[in-house]
Amino acid sequence: MERMNARLISGRTIAQGQNLDNKLSEEYYNAVAICEMNEKDMEKIGVSADENVEVRTSYGEVVVKAKEGGGNPEGIAFIPMGPWANAVVSGDTHGAGMPQYKGIDAEIEKSEEKVLPVKELMQRYMG
Amino acid sequence: MEITDVVCALCGCVCDDLVVEVEDNEVKKVKKGACSVGKSKLMGHGRIKSPAIRENGSLKECSYDDAIKKAAGILAAARRPLLYGWSSTVCEADKVGIELAEEIGAVIDNTASVCHGPSVLAIQDVGLPSCTLGEVKNRADLVIYWGANPTDAHANHMKRYSYISKGYWTAEGKKDKKLIVVDVRETKTAKVADVFIRIEQGKDFLVFSALRALLLGYEDVVPEEVGGVSKKDLLETVRLMKEAKFGITFFGMGVTQSTGRHNNIVNAIQMTRAAHTHTKFSIMPMRGHYNVNGFNQVCTWETGYPFSVDLSRGYAWYNPGETSSTDLLVRRECDAALFIATDPGAHFPGESIRHLSKIPVIQIDPFANPTTEFADVVIPAAISGVESEGSVYRMDNIPIRLRKVVDTEYLPDEEILEKILEEVRAIREKEGE
Repeated sequence: MERMNARLISGRTIAQGQNLDNKLSEEYYNAVAICEMNEKDMEKIGVSADENVEVRTSYGEVVVKAKEGGGNPEGIAFIPMGPWANAVVSGDTHGAGMPQYKGIDAEIEKSEEKVLPVKELMQRYMG
Repeated sequence: MEITDVVCALCGCVCDDLVVEVEDNEVKKVKKGACSVGKSKLMGHGRIKSPAIRENGSLKECSYDDAIKKAAGILAAARRPLLYGWSSTVCEADKVGIELAEEIGAVIDNTASVCHGPSVLAIQDVGLPSCTLGEVKNRADLVIYWGANPTDAHANHMKRYSYISKGYWTAEGKKDKKLIVVDVRETKTAKVADVFIRIEQGKDFLVFSALRALLLGYEDVVPEEVGGVSKKDLLETVRLMKEAKFGITFFGMGVTQSTGRHNNIVNAIQMTRAAHTHTKFSIMPMRGHYNVNGFNQVCTWETGYPFSVDLSRGYAWYNPGETSSTDLLVRRECDAALFIATDPGAHFPGESIRHLSKIPVIQIDPFANPTTEFADVVIPAAISGVESEGSVYRMDNIPIRLRKVVDTEYLPDEEILEKILEEVRAIREKEGE
């Protein structure tokens, strides 16, 4: 299976905002546990819309649903801000207090693993 | 019953002209004024039903008094507590929070730390030539959104205050204005712009530098391409900036959360100053939560510093990078944390959450969220701006009073904090005996 290198960005979307106070819901899961990519990049790794991809960085890995578009150029992937994006962002603040939420080097490939619901995702941090 | 002039407690736009239909003490409809995100908040979601304390891994419902006593016990016993959040609540609650932080020698920090904290650092470095959103509405004929996507994140911003709004000197709305969007992605905001400049990720500092040089007349030092932007496009941007009667740059997380952080903002502010050699130009951070700015105001007048304030020494110590929440948690320094009106479970890096799952955590919030999954004490609160009132600061530093539109049994944040503070003082007094 083909794997690609990408720069990962996280940020707000309207559907993420509409479910800010509703984070344990299916609506939030559907809106936020996704990765928007350029169509050519999706072709490159052999993934279609709504199939799962694993996003891996030096800080962790997470499985999310691939989505087309989001205005991303090739090589840029976008995960809405939330627990799935934050599973792979860096806590290094470069002495400024701000974690690296944007511009993280990532590897992305198609995955057969399931996208964890938020409660299961949080369980990974326990123990 | 129709209630007019309701204030939206969602984002930094703080829209204050909402019309809401209330029946049987319930918001039935948002008739006017709110965007889809604000409307969603006002219409409400599932609430935390009762205070609860975690026992043997599960949350067990309890009384407010028991939860408050438990929370106070945790905070009074902690050696390095963190009190974090404060941006989706009112200034009155923030003030009590700072008093509590002083009492227990805590670090107090708000969500600016992972939002516009770098902007605050830059403003402390070089100041901020800014204005109010009213001035933007009435005067601006050039609007730049840089690393900001209001169509998704501040959905009423363009309509109420900038590109689409009709003002005194911009009576024709967007016909009288130009919109430039600078972003890595072709966002929904970029799609409606007159000019979209696609920048390479993490190259904002370079592009601000190039525009500064061009505005100051040093065309010869600018190469043919900077950060993925051609010199031709840079020159065209500068032409539009010089020709504008009043320009404004709104900047967002694209600039603060990327490589360079506060240095990017310093350069953005210096670019604005360079534009002053030609015309009127202003710059403003797109503050996220409706009162993220308010906490920075209250914290500054109470401690001298806007966020990430360490009160453990008996005086205020401010050093973001050391005293900021992410750094404290990644260093595994905190031994207890209180989170109010925020959700670090969803919005902090995994590395921070790993430490939070090992220390006692108190959550004060109207809604269950990922933080509830590891919180040891959960205290439900009234929804500020719907069930309780208070003061907040809009992104342009204008204070606005939130209204209460329905009654509730839940306690407001301010009252919960006052009770915790009272209980902490009682414990400490007893310990001192």
